[in-house]
Amino acid sequence: MKEKDSVWRRLSKLTERVMNALFFLCGMTAIVFVLLITLYLAAAGIPAIREIGLIDFLFGPEWKSTAAAPSFGILPLILTSVYGTAGAVLLGVPAGVLCAVYLAKFAHRRAARFLRSLVDLLAGVPSVVYGLLGIIVLVPFIADVFRLASGASLLCAMLVLTVMILPSIISISETALRAVPQEYEEASLALGATYPETVFKVTLPAAKSGVAAGIVLGVGRAIGEAMAVMMVAGNIPNMPGLFKSVSFLTTVIAQEMSYSGGLQRQALFSIALVLFVFIMAINFLLHAVLKKGEKR
Amino acid sequence: MDKNSRTAPSLLKGGLSPKRKLYGAVLKNASRLCAAAVGLLGAEMLVFMLINGFESLSWKVVTSSPSILKKIDGILPNILNTLYIILLSLLISLPLGVGAAIYLNEYARPGRLTAAVSFAAETLAGIPSILYGLVGMLFFCQLLGLKSSLLAGALTLAVMILPTLLRTAQEALKTVPDSYREGAMALGATRWAAVRTVVLPSCVDGILTGCILAVGRIIGESAALLFTAGSAAVLMDSLYRTLTSSAGTLSVALYVEVAERGRFDLGFAIALVLLLLAAVINLAAKAVGKKCRARR
Repeated sequence: MKEKDSVWRRLSKLTERVMNALFFLCGMTAIVFVLLITLYLAAAGIPAIREIGLIDFLFGPEWKSTAAAPSFGILPLILTSVYGTAGAVLLGVPAGVLCAVYLAKFAHRRAARFLRSLVDLLAGVPSVVYGLLGIIVLVPFIADVFRLASGASLLCAMLVLTVMILPSIISISETALRAVPQEYEEASLALGATYPETVFKVTLPAAKSGVAAGIVLGVGRAIGEAMAVMMVAGNIPNMPGLFKSVSFLTTVIAQEMSYSGGLQRQALFSIALVLFVFIMAINFLLHAVLKKGEKR
Repeated sequence: MDKNSRTAPSLLKGGLSPKRKLYGAVLKNASRLCAAAVGLLGAEMLVFMLINGFESLSWKVVTSSPSILKKIDGILPNILNTLYIILLSLLISLPLGVGAAIYLNEYARPGRLTAAVSFAAETLAGIPSILYGLVGMLFFCQLLGLKSSLLAGALTLAVMILPTLLRTAQEALKTVPDSYREGAMALGATRWAAVRTVVLPSCVDGILTGCILAVGRIIGESAALLFTAGSAAVLMDSLYRTLTSSAGTLSVALYVEVAERGRFDLGFAIALVLLLLAAVINLAAKAVGKKCRARR
């Protein structure tokens, strides 16, 4: 009896050890994946940058990857990505935050429920569907209104991106607004502020780190989106202009990867590396914002 | 219902200066306007998709394979491919994600290592899908020799959904009260036995929510799959060939049909299927979430 007991105990101790190790390995996979992705992008991206030269690559004004005398300057792509994202944020953030304020603070319960379900549904719609809507509705509309030969332009991409980031900005901001303790509002009201004054001068500032997190997340999503943008941007690597056909960092990769070779292919990986650096910067920003929010 | 009536100044006669009245009215109406615009835009988009989708979606399209020779449109292979990729990526990623969450929440002491794992997961969540596509292509398709195949696509997406599964599983584990664990251990259970018999069963619905979110992400994914799983729409006769051949999901098919072949009618049909899937996922997530809250 005693013998059996100790065998059992030893067995359960062994299982415990094995499971411990197993879970540890699972925990490490996330780190391994990040390291692998970083290493791969660096290894694939650095050779072309070396060959072209960092300055020429980043600040070269022309991307002509398939010309007889190719030039690999990605300044137009970087600027387009930055402008496109900035435009989407400028349009989407005020609208999204105001909409969240309405949902969290002003709306009747039934209106809020309807709008919230709609926003949740829109958040789950695949980006290619937005791209399709852009092609069918937005591109002809823009061509019509501004008398352009083709409506596929930076403006169109901006609008599609705006619609894409709106749901996440709205729902994250709303959550942040709802998390503000009621005492804050009660104190403000007791001091004689009106309800709208309380909402905009007390509640919104108190929720700002959550709102900021939503915005940074939206920026990340906008700068990384490829397919929806590719469907509406025209895909010609011009210097960005509101009504010009443009290429983004992401769209050039998606567009040229399938038929590229040699230096062009390597340069595409370099673009991916640049994009990765952008995203990492945004991640660090998000991390800092969230940490600041937690501390408070 | 009017929240203004609760505020102190409105109790006084003629208490508010015109400037303050204007401030409140302007901001409140601006937020109302934004909400109305978002609601109208969203509803209009949905109605537009529904009308156009139902026009071109038919039972025949859903249940047949496409054939250029016979001029048949069909998305059955795409539907099945989407299903296979969902199953396969979840099969790979769910144990890893839940295991990592168990490690973080049950085994590890909070410290540098757990912070690193959390940060890695956050980073993975922020990497745009096109970069997953590139690294997946380099690693799975070229280095491991899987070529453009369903398996390579599923592996790539498994990495992509890991942070979603990890985070939701961790949140779910956090909601299990410590008294459960203490109770199990007081009865002589080892840590693993406590996790297996007490902790995990009491947070299944939280983990399920993570799965639903992950499925939503997989369904909407196109950029990561274009270079890893390809865009073919052929029904294979054996499991081996299904896994090792190029396989386009619904989102990829939407992109290819619209952007490369100009088939807008088919695009709308696929978009409608995607929209319906998004709605189902949305409802499922809500139902599970409600059940979670009810039990708590």
